[in-house]
Amino acid sequence: MTKQNNGVREIAYPGQILGSSKEYLASHGTYIDEQGNIVSKYLGILSISGNYISVIPLSGVYVPKPGDHIIGIVTEVEKVGWVVDINSPWLAFLSLSEGVDEFVDLKRVLLNRYYDEGDVIYAQVLSAKKGDIQLSMKGPSFKKLKGGVLVKVTPSKVPRVIGKEGSMINLIKEKTRTIIRVGQNGLVWISGEKVDKAIMTIKRIDEKSHVYGLTEEITKMLSE
Amino acid sequence: MGKIKGIELLKNGKRLDGRMPLEMREIEMKVGVIPNANGSAMVRFGKTIAVAAVYGPRLLLPKHLQENDRAVVQCRYNMAPFSTDERVKPGPTRREIEISKVIRQAVEPVLFLENYPKTTIDIFIEILQADGSTRVTSINATSLALADAGVPMKDLVVALSGGKINGTLILDLNGLEDNNSEADMPVAFTANKKEITLLQMDGELTKEEIKKLLKEIFTAGEKIYQMQIKALKDRYSE
Amino acid sequence: MLRADYILKLLEKNERIDGRKLDEFRKIEIERNIIEKAEGSARVRIGKTDVIAGIKMEIETPFPDTPNEGVLKTHAEFAPIAHPDFLPGPPSEDATELARVVDRGIRESNSIELEKLCILEGQKVWGVFIDIHIINHDGNLIDASSLAALLALMNTKIPKYENDKIVRGEYVAKLPISHYPINVTVSKIMNKYLVDLNREEEDVVDAWLSIAVREDNYLCSMQKGGKGLNIKDVDEMIDLAIKKSKELRKLL
Repeated sequence: MTKQNNGVREIAYPGQILGSSKEYLASHGTYIDEQGNIVSKYLGILSISGNYISVIPLSGVYVPKPGDHIIGIVTEVEKVGWVVDINSPWLAFLSLSEGVDEFVDLKRVLLNRYYDEGDVIYAQVLSAKKGDIQLSMKGPSFKKLKGGVLVKVTPSKVPRVIGKEGSMINLIKEKTRTIIRVGQNGLVWISGEKVDKAIMTIKRIDEKSHVYGLTEEITKMLSE
Repeated sequence: MGKIKGIELLKNGKRLDGRMPLEMREIEMKVGVIPNANGSAMVRFGKTIAVAAVYGPRLLLPKHLQENDRAVVQCRYNMAPFSTDERVKPGPTRREIEISKVIRQAVEPVLFLENYPKTTIDIFIEILQADGSTRVTSINATSLALADAGVPMKDLVVALSGGKINGTLILDLNGLEDNNSEADMPVAFTANKKEITLLQMDGELTKEEIKKLLKEIFTAGEKIYQMQIKALKDRYSE
Repeated sequence: MLRADYILKLLEKNERIDGRKLDEFRKIEIERNIIEKAEGSARVRIGKTDVIAGIKMEIETPFPDTPNEGVLKTHAEFAPIAHPDFLPGPPSEDATELARVVDRGIRESNSIELEKLCILEGQKVWGVFIDIHIINHDGNLIDASSLAALLALMNTKIPKYENDKIVRGEYVAKLPISHYPINVTVSKIMNKYLVDLNREEEDVVDAWLSIAVREDNYLCSMQKGGKGLNIKDVDEMIDLAIKKSKELRKLL
């Protein structure tokens, strides 16, 4: 498991045996076969940290998990809630009780007064069972995102966009004087001064996440 | 579409295109050839060119086709009208319907489908040029396209055809050999575990010949496997 | 679902829901010449599976690459009468596969002497149309249909052809048949090899391999379905198919 010197992080491929489960612990993007080998499930970046072996996929759709913070777009206002596009194979649902704190008299009030078609929201995944995805807006950080621009990145690369303890995203925010929300579903919302530069930088991270020295490159890019 | 009998396909131990019996044609693989697709690949064996695109997992409609605990895999193998000497009439033929099914079954065993209830993983294959062994070429392209799409997989799938001409066992039949062989046998298997996921045969073979041919296909398949790995890694070279 | 668990539980003890041994066919009943209007026909019942094969002879244009050979065409229909899951409409994927597997067994074994079916080279030849009609589906359609097709071909007669017209009901010869392929589908469930699955067993099958075996023990076509197989599986499945083909051949 030596790292390659050509500037590209080591790429694992589906079916590649990465180690033995006697020596390592199988983490994200891997499975253990009948012989006890840890095997990659994806074409992705190989990562060994401590005893953990994981593979970060280089592509793929977003699969929601309870607790995920996501960005969604309201696509339909229904009688008792909202249908939300969350950049995933499934549509999500935000019910009235999870979307609004106050008492709503459905006879008098239209729900589009809270969230209307096309609105962008920052929300939490409440449950995700058998393709039935429920969202919640409960919590201080969850709200409608007004104005701004949406950018898509590969969902599995969201951690790279955020960086260690938010280092990468904070750097971008600071250098481009923007406010940024990153959804774990791969949608990123940006508002502020140098939005174009922020978009360019984030796209760059998405494309080059498998290359060494990414942080240095991004730092340089942002200083130009 | 009967076979021309008695055609000389082997001269001085060499095939008409100059290959040795167990020699494969020139093989080319490229991953990520269709930007719109979640995953895609082109694979060429000699003059046979297959392009595979994977869309999904995406919501499957109409609803009654959905499975509540896993993704459904759908596959369409299609020959471009200009892919053969005589124009192929558009629209699925019986041959294409059957090949679509066996290709789907050749890759399904390596997919983790349970994370994607109610969805479909659509595999679309276009044969741009056909010169024999189109289904195995398609399977190699599909294996790469699925990996490129980020669909979780147990293993890659390798495919190769074997056959018999003038009493001699051969690998990677071209179109002329395909049409006039004594037997042809397309095989697909999981690269690591050597699980056979596609096995068909037409013609006349003894049990011993089948065993011998399978062994040769496994051996030569290792080369195809290494090419698949390289093609996948090349997608993310700098 | 419970039924499937029960099937698997029995199988652990090498038992089947209908009491058969793993390598045992259900009772096979054969009727020949059952359709008078057809040039050849046969009905095969394997347990509750019921299949009719009818042969029609028509005048056809030969394929350009075989100008002096008759043509063979096989079609299968899953008529809605045969199973609640069969719906009206164009042939399904499974029906198409069935037709092509039956066709390949006959074609690749060179069963019919097609070169004897030429009327006028490059212009007129006899077309042999095999039509498989499923009457009741209780599993193992491939073996039942292949057997019905072969039996029907064996009693097919070539009609009189006079003044550019087929004279129906008058015959000049028997259809020349020189090889007799028997199709045996061997299935794998829980690492056990079985033959002749019924419909319920087919729901729990892991993988299957259909093999056409000729009277000289040459294998003439194979088709695999379901999940993966290893080399040892293929080996044992071929052995079992050859063994069972000898039994079935006695029915011809």
